[in-house]
Amino acid sequence: MPMTTAVLRTLALVGAVAGVLGLATTAHAAGETVTPPNQNWSWEGPFGTYDRAAAQRGFLVYKQVCSSCHSMEQLDYRHLTGIGFSEAEVSALAAGFLVVDGPDENGDMFRRPALPSDGFTNPYENEQMARLANNGSLPPDLSVIAKAREYGADYLYALLIGYEDPPEGVELRAGMHYNRYFSGGQIAMPSMIVDGGVEYIDGTEPFVNQQAWDVTTFMMWAAEPHMDRRKEMGVMVIGFLAVFAVLMWLVKRRVWSDTH
Amino acid sequence: MAHASPPPAFKNPMVRWIDSRLPVFTLMQKEYGVFPMPRNANYFWNFGAIAMVMLMVMIVTGIFLSMHYTPHVDHAFNSVERIMRDVNYGWLMRYVHMNGASFFFIAVYIHIFRGLYYGSYKAPRELLWMLGVVILLLMMATAFMGYVLPWGQMSFWGVTVITNLFSAIPMVGDSVVTWLWGGFAVENATLNRFFSLHYLLPFVIVGVVFLHVAALHVTGSNNPTGIDPKGPQDTLPFHPYFTIKDTFGLVVFLLIYCGFVFFAPNFMGHPDNYIPAQPLVTPAHIVPEWYFLPFYAMLRAITFDFLFIEAKLGGVIVMFASVFILFLLPWLDTSRVRSARFRPIYKWFFWVLFVNVLILGQVGALAADDPFEMFGISFGFISATTVGQICTFYYFFHFLVLLPLLGKFETPLPLPRSIHESVLPKGARGGGPLPAGAAAKPMGKA
Repeated sequence: MPMTTAVLRTLALVGAVAGVLGLATTAHAAGETVTPPNQNWSWEGPFGTYDRAAAQRGFLVYKQVCSSCHSMEQLDYRHLTGIGFSEAEVSALAAGFLVVDGPDENGDMFRRPALPSDGFTNPYENEQMARLANNGSLPPDLSVIAKAREYGADYLYALLIGYEDPPEGVELRAGMHYNRYFSGGQIAMPSMIVDGGVEYIDGTEPFVNQQAWDVTTFMMWAAEPHMDRRKEMGVMVIGFLAVFAVLMWLVKRRVWSDTH
Repeated sequence: MAHASPPPAFKNPMVRWIDSRLPVFTLMQKEYGVFPMPRNANYFWNFGAIAMVMLMVMIVTGIFLSMHYTPHVDHAFNSVERIMRDVNYGWLMRYVHMNGASFFFIAVYIHIFRGLYYGSYKAPRELLWMLGVVILLLMMATAFMGYVLPWGQMSFWGVTVITNLFSAIPMVGDSVVTWLWGGFAVENATLNRFFSLHYLLPFVIVGVVFLHVAALHVTGSNNPTGIDPKGPQDTLPFHPYFTIKDTFGLVVFLLIYCGFVFFAPNFMGHPDNYIPAQPLVTPAHIVPEWYFLPFYAMLRAITFDFLFIEAKLGGVIVMFASVFILFLLPWLDTSRVRSARFRPIYKWFFWVLFVNVLILGQVGALAADDPFEMFGISFGFISATTVGQICTFYYFFHFLVLLPLLGKFETPLPLPRSIHESVLPKGARGGGPLPAGAAAKPMGKA
């Protein structure tokens, strides 16, 4: 194993250096990737905030669909109060998951219901198991996925609803699916969202687009949980600095008035 | 305003007591109170003070961040996410720091181009200029190492590519790389030492900034006319005239900076750095932070062997030379006139160089095989690499050929007799007719 790792690492390194220096083409799939359409998200603009109802529904989609393969290691259940769940709701939500704890006084590990202070449970115990279960592919952690891809939320939304039959002449590799928003066009993740796949308790119709929209909202919140607060503070900071700038401009003119 | 000439008589007995034993108050009064500034220094003269403030912002936020950051390959990425999520106002500290690096460079680059335009590097300010270049180099090293710390994909592959460049050194290259890494790959030892140095270097910068300012206070500031102040009528005391002017400029700068911090904090970053470092997965396109792009383009421009110098080594030499050449600038520029305002030909070449550097920046952002494109316009007939090679050639041509020759062949415009004559409107102070060019309004007053 260490030997293979070393060889792979050396190869990757040589490839990177050569690519960077323009001596060779870095190996990357040659499919044309399509720019995802621009959407109107609730959090856009200096005063935009998260649509908490959508984020809560999005959490449900994550829990019932995505979480069977994707971890969100950076999130704890307690963080969910950030999208409007009450502490009691978070406790109840967390209790639905089992986590490994211990060792106890006998030195044994044991399972217990999760507490709000626990991290989101991971669907796989390690990377190898994740790859084994997914035809060799590793489902990425989704904690900051909305910031880790170009075009962010627009991309995630387009990807989730962007599954199609492959165009003529595209040979899909075994276990792959065609999605023109994915780099190279072939993605290991199948289309997971189906009409009515989850049941929303707030009466929203769970169409595919609605679910994709909601889970993308949840992903954006998960990647940037303090955005609402940041913008709120930003408006005050900019307001203060703008007034301060005007004052300083006036003082400057006053001070310099005797020099002309 | 009473501009008391030294020695200042302090009214407060405590201040008097301290000052007679350690004359810090006298020093401040001399260097920042009555210190004579050319009265025509425009708003481009703000950027030194702005850069100083940015340095302080970086140090303060950096110290707070380091209290929560863990320099270990298994924990670095997660600890940054802890800062973003769970540390009180950690997201603020991090975004201020992250964007602060960009804005520190913006301030410093404007400061440098100001110096290039108005000839601030010429005698007697050569050492002052060279200390500035040392600061630039230290800043680059610090920023580079700081970018490694979040241990994202770009962090990892950036450090991998750049440290590997040292393997191009003949004979000892590989040993040097192993020594830099502290092992046989970019690993925990590398991250640890980069964190250590990232914490150390800013304080070295503070030291060199002190020398930079000390040297400045010997020669005094240059000004848009490039001619020396001839007496008190040409200068104004630093306080209150330039303290207030700097404050106003600083607040405007902070407005733009805060716009990014609060409303587009990831605009200047790369999405790949939110993917934890994966030593076995090379990103499709490795790019450094924007402030390194022109240098990166010059590094990649050398795709051919030159005599016995291999392409890789050639690129490294060219990249380092592009900064080190600035040390020689005071002697490469043979013109005795400082300000481009009175150098009709140099003025144009200054802007050509400026655009050239912008194009180099764009080339640095493109993949080597891409057709060149800028402002969304694609120039399909020419590759990014070719444009990079032309611009790299021009960059050195400017410094090594144009500047030495221009000084010999260019006829400068007549210089104003004094600063105050060039500033004050005609007839305000009597005096003879103004020489051509001197009547131009200083830019900052527009």
